[in-house]
Amino acid sequence: MNINIPTPLRTYTGGEQSVSVPGATVAEALEALTGAYPELRQHLYSAEGKLRSFVNIYLNDDDIRYLPQKEATSVEESDELSIIPSIAGGCCCCL
Amino acid sequence: MLKLSYADYVALRAHGEETYPHECCGILLGKAMPEGNAVREVVRAGNTRTDSAHNRYHIAPEELIQAQRQARKLGLDIVGFYHSHPDHPAQWSQTDYIEAHWVGCSYVITAVAQGKAKISNSFLLTGSNEEDKKFLDEPIEIEVSNAETKQEGGEQ
Repeated sequence: MNINIPTPLRTYTGGEQSVSVPGATVAEALEALTGAYPELRQHLYSAEGKLRSFVNIYLNDDDIRYLPQKEATSVEESDELSIIPSIAGGCCCCL
Repeated sequence: MLKLSYADYVALRAHGEETYPHECCGILLGKAMPEGNAVREVVRAGNTRTDSAHNRYHIAPEELIQAQRQARKLGLDIVGFYHSHPDHPAQWSQTDYIEAHWVGCSYVITAVAQGKAKISNSFLLTGSNEEDKKFLDEPIEIEVSNAETKQEGGEQ
């Protein structure tokens, strides 16, 4: 399956905007990705191995956090994973 | 340096005036060039922070995915983002810094005072990780037909 790499992380995939990886589940595909590009791991996962809070992983059009089986969700060769860091901010620190 | 057309410059500033007193936000598609990011398309996005839209913005990841697909079709990349600061300076805030994760992208901020767009500044997010990331002032070069107008960055 293909994993779409966002602009800031392409530094770690040799400039590739899309990477083809094997895997039967989302977790296996991500493991294959970070196995092929080890420098990506620290940008996707915390030291405790959890997906960083600002990193969104979408399976086609679905956020994997809201899929019943989350990272254990099965994937097909034709599926598409997208890594999307969040975009947010605001004009001042006060609420 | 961030390059964008005069039409795109006007469009992103007009967006801030339309959403005033709330923050607007959007996505910049273009190309990363040796001299800086060059914008070719400005994509408006919705601000999902309806609970605090006067001083917060958030772009739904679904819109980012759509923008990424659009960019790919056009042979472009996501090279930056824009948002407005209603009645606040065109300077990145601590919230902007904490929530910035797209290293190599340009973050354009437009100050909108009493509904009128004032200064627009651009900040390039640099660094290699969350610990050493930095916003650097970057000049905005506006392409006006055959002429070019330069607006130096860093103003508030």
